[in-house]
Amino acid sequence: MVKKRTIWPYVLVAPAVFIILCVVFIPVINAIIMSFQNYDLRRPKEIAFNGFSNYAAACRDPLFWGSLTRTIIWVVCGVGFQFLFGFILALLLNKEFKGRGVVRAVSMIPWVTPGVLIGLMWRWIYDGNFGVLNDLLLKVHFITDKIPFLSQVTTAFPSVIVTIIWQGIPFFALMLLAALQGVSTDIYEASDIDGASAWQKLILITIPSIKNTIFVTALLRIIWVANSVDVIFNMTEGGPAYSTQTLSVYIFNKGNALNLGYASAMALLMAVLLLFVAVPYLKMNFKEEV
Amino acid sequence: MKQVDMKKIFCVYLPLIVILLFILFPFYWTLITSVKPEDELYGTVVTYWPRAFTLESYRKLFTTTVNFFGAIKNSFLVATMTTLVSLTASTLAAYAFSRYQFAGRKILMCTFLCNNMFPTVLLLIPLYSIMRKMGLLYTPTSLVLSYTTFTIPFSVWLLLGFLNDLPMSLEEAALVDGCNRGVAFVRIILPILGPCLVATGVYIFMTSWNEYTFAVMFTNAETRTIPVALKSLIGQLGVQWDLLTAGGIITIIPVCIMFFFAQKRLVEGLTAGAVKG
Repeated sequence: MVKKRTIWPYVLVAPAVFIILCVVFIPVINAIIMSFQNYDLRRPKEIAFNGFSNYAAACRDPLFWGSLTRTIIWVVCGVGFQFLFGFILALLLNKEFKGRGVVRAVSMIPWVTPGVLIGLMWRWIYDGNFGVLNDLLLKVHFITDKIPFLSQVTTAFPSVIVTIIWQGIPFFALMLLAALQGVSTDIYEASDIDGASAWQKLILITIPSIKNTIFVTALLRIIWVANSVDVIFNMTEGGPAYSTQTLSVYIFNKGNALNLGYASAMALLMAVLLLFVAVPYLKMNFKEEV
Repeated sequence: MKQVDMKKIFCVYLPLIVILLFILFPFYWTLITSVKPEDELYGTVVTYWPRAFTLESYRKLFTTTVNFFGAIKNSFLVATMTTLVSLTASTLAAYAFSRYQFAGRKILMCTFLCNNMFPTVLLLIPLYSIMRKMGLLYTPTSLVLSYTTFTIPFSVWLLLGFLNDLPMSLEEAALVDGCNRGVAFVRIILPILGPCLVATGVYIFMTSWNEYTFAVMFTNAETRTIPVALKSLIGQLGVQWDLLTAGGIITIIPVCIMFFFAQKRLVEGLTAGAVKG
């Protein structure tokens, strides 16, 4: 590490810092200002400061509270099952078998698929008339009538949650697999001599050894899943009757409707909530930095 | 011996097949939907293997009013520009963070890391109003600029991991031999970092190629990218699933090819930080 006083590091970071200042910091300040304004682009003549009205409106807005609740369910169920299946997949991929490399690469495809396409592919699978899921469930006599999964209030939200789980399994598997490969085999050999069962090995050795990776990956996924708009928007646009509208989707819909003041206020509230998740992540990252 | 094989089948292959079926089935379904003729697609019986193959939907895709070919061009332009801009800026920044100790280093690094945490919608809304005022709305530039909000912080983080793994002694040897830092960086570091730069570039390209939330607000019929074009295939008269699935297949082919070439290095970079932590 060079400690001598020189301007070079500043010159090197300048382009990145300049871009980030322009596209992140100025916009965030802008958002803060807009959140205290009656800023509706459909009524440009009425743009004026209105104090905390937008925040007060959010507190009184049943749709805000409803979408906040749904965001929590969305994140907890989504990330929870992504972790569960991702972990199982990672454990399986950590075993020796023929074609492991190919299987590993292929199972990552959902991760590189655009959210729009994911939303649309699943929308077609869930389709009430020609959907393959209905056909499969009818064939095994699980249901007797076709279900319009995405257009009834009771089934729409669980259906989009299944989709986000599907999307997130690869990333979890990828990160956990790398961690598993770093666990030394000596410990397992020693536990074999002590007569540990496979289950004991999993609980007492594997999980404690990779708990940092689990933690970091889960925090990253929580933030990404909470922020995701494209999957829900392309499956249901938040409907039917707002039953799939998470906070991100609600803010996005308000933004699309050009009510930028109210949307900014809600986006800032959401950012504050996400800080509770982000702070432990940042702490983890800087603990190792000297 | 037989017993061990049975155990392997039940504990490894069977669960693996179930998970893989779940992961891959949507892609299989999309692919065969795109090659089914329309009457089979909307027939009374759902067929799991098409009775007749046709590439009609792919032909139709490029002749609709949506201008899918234009969208592919726009996507390529935006993704390539984003990759060039982000990769240049973040390589320089990551090199500074990795090799120099300077006042403000920690706070700047923290800033870049924090950026990964910002809600997309928090940036989307003010950026929309700023782009509108600057007259950049509906231009590819507005998309390139907005994509750097998440590609630069993430690439700095990735490249920093790669660079920290390269020993200092590499450049020190060059410095002793009379090279200056700039020459050492170009001649020594860049060639070794090459594959990592490719992996990071692929990641940036992929995320910009796939992005929808900004794209749908910042583009119009002429500048829209593939994800937006896909969505616009859903018209007033319902969804044309044959066209949509054909468009989907065309969309993921380039990213899949790139991903398969870069995946090993990309995974190393992604996991380096987390696994050490």
